[in-house]
Amino acid sequence: MTEQLDAGMVAGRIAESDQLGTPSAGHEVGRARRRKEDARLVTGRTTWTDNIQLPGMTYVAFLRSPMAHARITRVDTSAARGLSGVVAAYSGRDLAGEQGSLPCAWPVSEDVLIPDHPPMAVDEVRYAGEAVACVVAVDRYRAADALEAIEIDYEPLEAVLDMTEALTEGSPKVHEGASAGNRAFTWRFSGGDVEEAFRDAPVVIERAYVQQRLIPTAMEPRAVVATTDGDSFTLYSSTQIPHVLRVMLALTTGIPEHRLRVIAPDVGGGFGSKLQVTAEEVLALLLTRRLGRPVKWTESRSEGNLTAHHGRDQLQRIRLAADRDGRVRGVQVNLLADMGAYLMLITPGVPLLGAFMYNGIYKMDAYDFTCTGVFTTKVPTDAYRGAGRPEATFAIERAMDELAHELGMDPVELRRRNWITHEEFPYTTVCGLTYDSGNYEAATERALALLGYDRLRAEQADRRDRRDPVQLGIGVSTFTEMCGLAPSRVLGSLSYGAGGWEHASVRMLPTGKVEVVTGSSPHGQGHETAWSQIVADALGVPFEDVSVLHGDTAVSHKGMDTYGSRSLVVGGVAVLAACEKVKDRARLLAAHMLEASADDVEFADGTFTVRGTGVGKTIQELALATFAAHDLPEGFEPALDADATFDPDNFSFPHGTHLCAVEVDTETGAVRIRAYVAVDDVGSVVNPLIVEGQVHGGIAQGVAQALFEEAVHDAEGNLLTATMADYLIPAASDLPVFVTDRTETPSTTNPLGVKGVGEAGTIASTPAVVNAVVDALRPFGVDDVRMPCTPERVWRAVTEGGDR
Amino acid sequence: MIPASFDYVRPESLEEACRVLGEAADSGDDVKVLAGGQSLLPLLRLRLAYPSTLVDLGRLPGLRGVEDRGDHVFVGALTTHDEVLRSAVIRERAPLLALATATVADPAVRHRGTLGGSLAHADPAGDLPAVALALGCVLVARSGDGEREIPAADFFVDYLETALGPGEVLTGVKVPVLGAGWGFHYEKFHRSAQAWAIVGVAAAVRRSDGVVEEARIGLTNMGPAPVRARAVEEALRGVEVTSPGPGLGPGPGSGPGSGGGPGGAADPVAEACARADEDTSPPADLHARPDYRRHLARVLTRRAIRSAIG
Repeated sequence: MTEQLDAGMVAGRIAESDQLGTPSAGHEVGRARRRKEDARLVTGRTTWTDNIQLPGMTYVAFLRSPMAHARITRVDTSAARGLSGVVAAYSGRDLAGEQGSLPCAWPVSEDVLIPDHPPMAVDEVRYAGEAVACVVAVDRYRAADALEAIEIDYEPLEAVLDMTEALTEGSPKVHEGASAGNRAFTWRFSGGDVEEAFRDAPVVIERAYVQQRLIPTAMEPRAVVATTDGDSFTLYSSTQIPHVLRVMLALTTGIPEHRLRVIAPDVGGGFGSKLQVTAEEVLALLLTRRLGRPVKWTESRSEGNLTAHHGRDQLQRIRLAADRDGRVRGVQVNLLADMGAYLMLITPGVPLLGAFMYNGIYKMDAYDFTCTGVFTTKVPTDAYRGAGRPEATFAIERAMDELAHELGMDPVELRRRNWITHEEFPYTTVCGLTYDSGNYEAATERALALLGYDRLRAEQADRRDRRDPVQLGIGVSTFTEMCGLAPSRVLGSLSYGAGGWEHASVRMLPTGKVEVVTGSSPHGQGHETAWSQIVADALGVPFEDVSVLHGDTAVSHKGMDTYGSRSLVVGGVAVLAACEKVKDRARLLAAHMLEASADDVEFADGTFTVRGTGVGKTIQELALATFAAHDLPEGFEPALDADATFDPDNFSFPHGTHLCAVEVDTETGAVRIRAYVAVDDVGSVVNPLIVEGQVHGGIAQGVAQALFEEAVHDAEGNLLTATMADYLIPAASDLPVFVTDRTETPSTTNPLGVKGVGEAGTIASTPAVVNAVVDALRPFGVDDVRMPCTPERVWRAVTEGGDR
Repeated sequence: MIPASFDYVRPESLEEACRVLGEAADSGDDVKVLAGGQSLLPLLRLRLAYPSTLVDLGRLPGLRGVEDRGDHVFVGALTTHDEVLRSAVIRERAPLLALATATVADPAVRHRGTLGGSLAHADPAGDLPAVALALGCVLVARSGDGEREIPAADFFVDYLETALGPGEVLTGVKVPVLGAGWGFHYEKFHRSAQAWAIVGVAAAVRRSDGVVEEARIGLTNMGPAPVRARAVEEALRGVEVTSPGPGLGPGPGSGPGSGGGPGGAADPVAEACARADEDTSPPADLHARPDYRRHLARVLTRRAIRSAIG
């Protein structure tokens, strides 16, 4: 039976949740709570970094290279220094002795080349936009004006833009001394016997795909404020990673870690772009150390497009061997990954996060992966929503559609023949990962029904018969991802420079209210709401009685921060673990006060009761009792508070089936998404409304890669898409109504049963959309349209039979 | 995103504005006129423009509003796009202007940007110059020497360049009222809702007894200035309008030139519109190369004409 859902579904869910009445303890998890942080975030009545005002504030502005590759032959800042209101002006050389090198925390291989990366270029610039000098002034206007008074001479060098050319012998080098030319590293991984899998394979699909360069485009631009009292330093930054940043800045600047406090105030989005140690953060600290005054920097949108790290940018070759009945034998992947000019925090690791995912949800005998990182004279790439996994999912899901076409098989049926069936979990894949749980059949059946798949296939056939100028295409994406980064042991085996645990503290206040300190630093995800729901259920306190503290290393002293869909899966579980410890202590105290054995004390809905008596103490009463501390058990510290650090044993593996139907106007090349259905399985759900929001935003961002966004450089390496007028992000009116639903197969790798949802939509949607576009154009002999599938590219594909 | 410093003048009267602009022109100062700021502010903030003085017309009395003057509608130069959209007079008497204005940017910009500013800026990717050209609007300008009227055909000179002289202020636009029998459409093709037109087609068509008597077509972004599709206009005259046959797309094997016209029998409207790119010089940019723009002009003109015919 076909059932069609509409936009009213979400509204309905919210309305339902609001009708649940007065919150009662024990029933918060699973409830579509509206987010408690949203009122202050959406009205702006909060602290964004750029709102911070400190006495004596100064403002730094950076002069940026107009060339992609050049030697700096002269810098003269004297005229700028003489201008009214200018406090100081420095070149890269002026700071060369103290600015150090920006860190790379992921030296992926023994042969990886990690070039020196001065925050301000000293002798040579390697991408357009790289900072070469700076001005500090009493206001941002004078700082911007004074930049124009700096004299600087360049000797142009050849830009290095194309990865394939960059690897040829005669190519100019991005880093002159590098013995390996422009090769940053080569990383290999394999499982099974690939040669055997491809030998005599009846069908081999071989394709090349371009993952275009993307600009993450968080709503809040990056901003930094650094200040010092002469002894200690405080850095406010719009960052995803205050804790990691503190460690890295201490190592980079020499400011002792205990004298450095990092604060991430409310942060307006990141998508990975704020998972970074930036030149501006380091320089703001150095400048405040030199000048003894607070220093602020807020990027403009165009400055951000030029200099905040970019995402994706890979050339993918995928080979897939299969039998005639559609069974996949093996997959071979060869990547070139554009590093840009330098290796930043996890630049070389991003493609590796996808290395274990090119097999997707499918069973196969053999797998082989090679990735070569390549230096170019462009801004470095680094984490962008999904980081490695969207690329992997795109390649395998596109290749599966190509295989289905080759075999004349329905793309859903082909997947069905290859995917891990739900009885087979836990299943260890060809890559050695153990997928703990999943039900691909259920998600797919639901998605097919919601889309009305058969009916749309019939319409597609009809339009093809009629040679309708508007053709219909249906794209399939059955995906999984590894989330909840990550087991520290695994990260260690991949040469990553840190662990993957998360920390939480739960403090019971004397009046029975609860403070939760989390090491997972939110930048829009809704931690305060979700954590409150977890704590409310675990401790039996009202949702409203919980407040969540985060993002300040002086408040939250331990943390691994927020990325890789890890917050709930690792950080949320740490909160639950801390609650369990609080309850253990509370039980001992309750037993003492009730003159019972702890074994006889039961806990329910916030009250500890002696079994069979009805006599009990609430957790609030117990909290107050520790405050008074008049009558505690022998040796019992007067507190119920507890800390917990959770390090998962395994990743989590969200999955889902996304289906997209597009109408392609073959006369103009315009693509219109007619219907989009997403059935995600993110395990147990703490807050359906937050999940819904993450899925919607994620799909929008994946659609953006498929149809809209691309960072484009000219032949000299200048970024042509530096403003929002040229770098097109879709608006709400460019997107369809998303029909979403869920199956819930709890994760077995953590006690909450959660899997993570921050990246799922982005990972799943891009191949769904492109598969749909290609499906619409099959009658024209088209088997690929390069992303983004702009109207011009689609039109050329129609008229020229493809624009490979 | 901080403009270089500039002097700022806000005249209280049109006479003062003309005087200030005239003096600046005489002394060689680089002045820019600020209306709603829709286009000028981004140029300033990106430091792509460095005027020494901004002359803000925002407080000038009498340059704002819509007036029905019988054979034409007069729209004050400082009338915002939003006011144009809300005007019943424009909706009923000059509907093509309303149709095109509805596609300009987004609501926030439409509350600031003005009709006069859009025309005086003369961005070939702007939607309204092509409308002014198609309708044969007359632009009214004032300087110290008095008032003069400039037909749209003479107003748009080149890329971002108009016939307005230094010291001249655009005060309003006379939009001819086209009578019974006319149909209108603005067909805009763009990549995202807020993006500029890759190509736009402003069409006005008069029919009598199923025959096209007159067509007026302005093209957006098909050259350094808006351009009339004269060849199509002439080819359409006298054409009998029938409903298009069942669609037959550019199926496998069909050439790029087929353009997906209604199939089988010759369709005179499609044939006429296939000449839409004649005498154009479309630009190349991130979103379209010239050959694609030419193709779009042909397809979109056909669609605009079909929609205008109704």
